[in-house]
Amino acid sequence: MGRAKKRSKKKIIILFLLPELVLLGAFVLGPIAGTVFLSFVTPEGIGLGNYYRVITETSPDKALIIPENIVEAQPPPWGALVHNIVWVAIHLPLVVFLGMILAYLLHEVKGSSIVKSIIFLGMVIPMVVGGLLIRFIFDGTLGVVPLLFQAIGLNSLAHTWTNYPETALISLILGSVWLWTGFSLTVYSAAFESMPKSYIEAAKIDGASGIQIFFKIVFPLLKHATIVVVVMTMLWDLKIFDIVYVSTLGGPGGASNVMALVMYTYFARALDYGRSSATAVILALITLIPGVWFIKQVLKGGPKER
Amino acid sequence: MARRRGKLLLKYIIINIVVWSIAIIWTLPFIGVAMTSVKPFSEVVVHGWWSLIGNYTLKNFIDAWSNPMYSVAIGYRNSFIVTIPATIAPLFIAALAAYVFSRFSFPLKTLLFIVLLVIMAMPQQMSVIPLFFMLNSMGLYDKLQGLILVHTAWGLAWMTFFLKNFFDALPREIEEAARVDGAGDAQIFFKIVLPMSMPAIASVAAIQFTWVWSDFFYALMFLVNPDNYVVTLQVASMKGQYHIDWGLLSAGSIMAMSVPLLLYALLQKYYVRGMVGWTLKG
Repeated sequence: MGRAKKRSKKKIIILFLLPELVLLGAFVLGPIAGTVFLSFVTPEGIGLGNYYRVITETSPDKALIIPENIVEAQPPPWGALVHNIVWVAIHLPLVVFLGMILAYLLHEVKGSSIVKSIIFLGMVIPMVVGGLLIRFIFDGTLGVVPLLFQAIGLNSLAHTWTNYPETALISLILGSVWLWTGFSLTVYSAAFESMPKSYIEAAKIDGASGIQIFFKIVFPLLKHATIVVVVMTMLWDLKIFDIVYVSTLGGPGGASNVMALVMYTYFARALDYGRSSATAVILALITLIPGVWFIKQVLKGGPKER
Repeated sequence: MARRRGKLLLKYIIINIVVWSIAIIWTLPFIGVAMTSVKPFSEVVVHGWWSLIGNYTLKNFIDAWSNPMYSVAIGYRNSFIVTIPATIAPLFIAALAAYVFSRFSFPLKTLLFIVLLVIMAMPQQMSVIPLFFMLNSMGLYDKLQGLILVHTAWGLAWMTFFLKNFFDALPREIEEAARVDGAGDAQIFFKIVLPMSMPAIASVAAIQFTWVWSDFFYALMFLVNPDNYVVTLQVASMKGQYHIDWGLLSAGSIMAMSVPLLLYALLQKYYVRGMVGWTLKG
């Protein structure tokens, strides 16, 4: 009886797990291993040549660190990898700050669910459409932002931002704040809802101000939500592709190029699978920095293993 | 006391003004493309999309829908053909695996679980070149079936993670009672666990549907013929390199995003829970 039960258990485990393992092996893990392999294949044999050439590349549409057309006084363009890092450096704090503050303010506002739904829209629409909308926001004749600068007399910014190297990258980054704040707001709102009200009430009775309450009581309780927002935002920023492809194609002159787009350029335009793979591996290694941190958090404090 | 109440009221008003101003700023791009899409572009250029005067027309929508080069109608058809099976198939497969991850212990379980988490962090770029060669050799390159296959496989990891978390939190009493009554593991899964998990399944389905519908990179890599383009590719192709017909592009954008927006309107609760739930514990 016991042995039969054990055998049927084993059968269930294998039967239920098999379809997933086969698909993951064939179409996920296999290709990932394949990409790693291809990244070492050079015309001269197996080696690190692709990595060396990809990192030291200087043509504006493929450079990762420093392009040949860099403007010494005031870049961009930098290389695509630098652009990704700049993206994180600007986008991440804005998204965390906006999401946290808005969630805190919305806590006591009537009709807050409508506001939340509106800001969440950026998460729902295809990123390609998001990129087109960003292009629209910064369009010289139709866009709100250039028209605003025209109205206040700053004519140097009253043109299509995505067409100029000085403004292309920053317009995409600001646009991506518009798209992605909904995520951060939603995570923080959920955190606020699960927060024990008694803490805040007690502090209020003790005469603490709103700002004191926020920094002394609320902020420390938001640690887990912040980890989630930071990790997911970093992953999103590093993998960014659709927005850039559809609005600037990395241009002008590589001024808004990003890693994922360089990988695509090597593949689709240069037909260089080795260097394309090497770029993908570098991108993957960078995403593993927040990735591994997140995995550790999940294994440590997340759902218990049974 | 009255002064304190006055101060509170003032604070309340200021917070409301700030929050609602942000909400309005956030909707401006949507209003902008909506207005641009229903007006002749020649008038939009002259008067601006915010001007309510002038003619209104559905010509942009008709042009985008039956565009001779990049038709939204064909894009819709292809997107539905890809998205529906690429939502249902991985959901079923992942639910089976998630149940095993949640209820049984087996060799290499923790390692497999870590592999799932690593896959969740991997960029799509990490797989596409070998997949390109594989689909080619399978005769599935530039075929919607190939895209379905890729989306199915790449949806599995996060779905398994999400559903495992949900299964972990389910009460065990009913399952144990059924086991005492002689029900087998498969019966328990299909008759008890799966029906109890409908909220989680709705969340997962809504999000996977949106992600597959919204996907651009895989479609760009694996589809060549405009007759096979999904809607995101069709709309992206409508934008010329130098000349942009914003009327056409606005109408195309609205049609491309209207399907996930409609789904969001219908399933908002599951949607938000899903987006947040797979990242938060419990």
